[in-house]
Amino acid sequence: MQEKTLKVAVLRFPGTNCEFDTQYAFEKLGYTTELVWHENEALPTDIDLVVVPGGFSYGDYLRSGSIARFSPVMKAVTAYANDGGKVLGICNGFQILTEAGLLPGALKRNNNLHFISKHQNLCVVNSDNAFLNKCENGEVLNIPIAHADGNYYIDDEGFKKIETNGQILLRYCDDKGKPVVVNGSVTSIAGVCNESKNVFGLMPHPERALEAILGSVDGVRMLEGFDV
Amino acid sequence: MTAVVNVFLKDGVLDPQGKAAHHALDSLGFSSVGDVRIGKQIIIKLDTTDKAKAETEVKEMCETLLANTVIEDYTIEIN
Repeated sequence: MQEKTLKVAVLRFPGTNCEFDTQYAFEKLGYTTELVWHENEALPTDIDLVVVPGGFSYGDYLRSGSIARFSPVMKAVTAYANDGGKVLGICNGFQILTEAGLLPGALKRNNNLHFISKHQNLCVVNSDNAFLNKCENGEVLNIPIAHADGNYYIDDEGFKKIETNGQILLRYCDDKGKPVVVNGSVTSIAGVCNESKNVFGLMPHPERALEAILGSVDGVRMLEGFDV
Repeated sequence: MTAVVNVFLKDGVLDPQGKAAHHALDSLGFSSVGDVRIGKQIIIKLDTTDKAKAETEVKEMCETLLANTVIEDYTIEIN
């Protein structure tokens, strides 16, 4: 793989468990990565993307992501995002970003109360952004999911807003692209972005879909999306 | 003083745990059950005797950390 210039900061909280998979994924694609411990008050200065990876930060106590969002590093992440920096939250990272108010809505316990872990089809809703620009609207991707609190909730007013602004990124769907109920999410939403389209969050794990032998390579275009 | 905080999902936000408990109660023959909501109770010991101050402070705790007001409501009782 040819060396690329993009540098990715991968955050690490107590209870994070996808930080090494995430590092492996970006490095496999040729990027430079740096792990950033949650107590750091600053992010590295030479980065192009911050990834808040999956796991169970602080044991999911109180609510998933509710305690991690007050970690010192999150102040730096908020400043970075407000300054236009790109941030991607995967699974627990998505929960942390909604708790931090960097993304709209909230993630509740799955409607069937189960931890759901399987490959899942996702329909690309809006590819007009830094994350999904290498995908097509309406395209069906196959990415693993693994979560108990992935039931995306947003009130009617908020929903209209994110729908109109093209902030809905992905929906759970069948192999034809028809939305399906997986965890009870409002209109089967699997991922959203903020209004200015520089903060992205999704419950599925693109970093686990890079190798055909593991069932899918659809995650590659998501992670490479930031390299524009 | 002690603050008792109750946190529940808002009305209109589906409570899957409440629904599961409701079904279980139904199947056990408790036919009079109309609705079940499951929340959490947080008990906070406070180093103050000023009730008004305690209330203000606990409300701030709820808004900041203890409840996610996108999906949850809370009540505060100071004893």
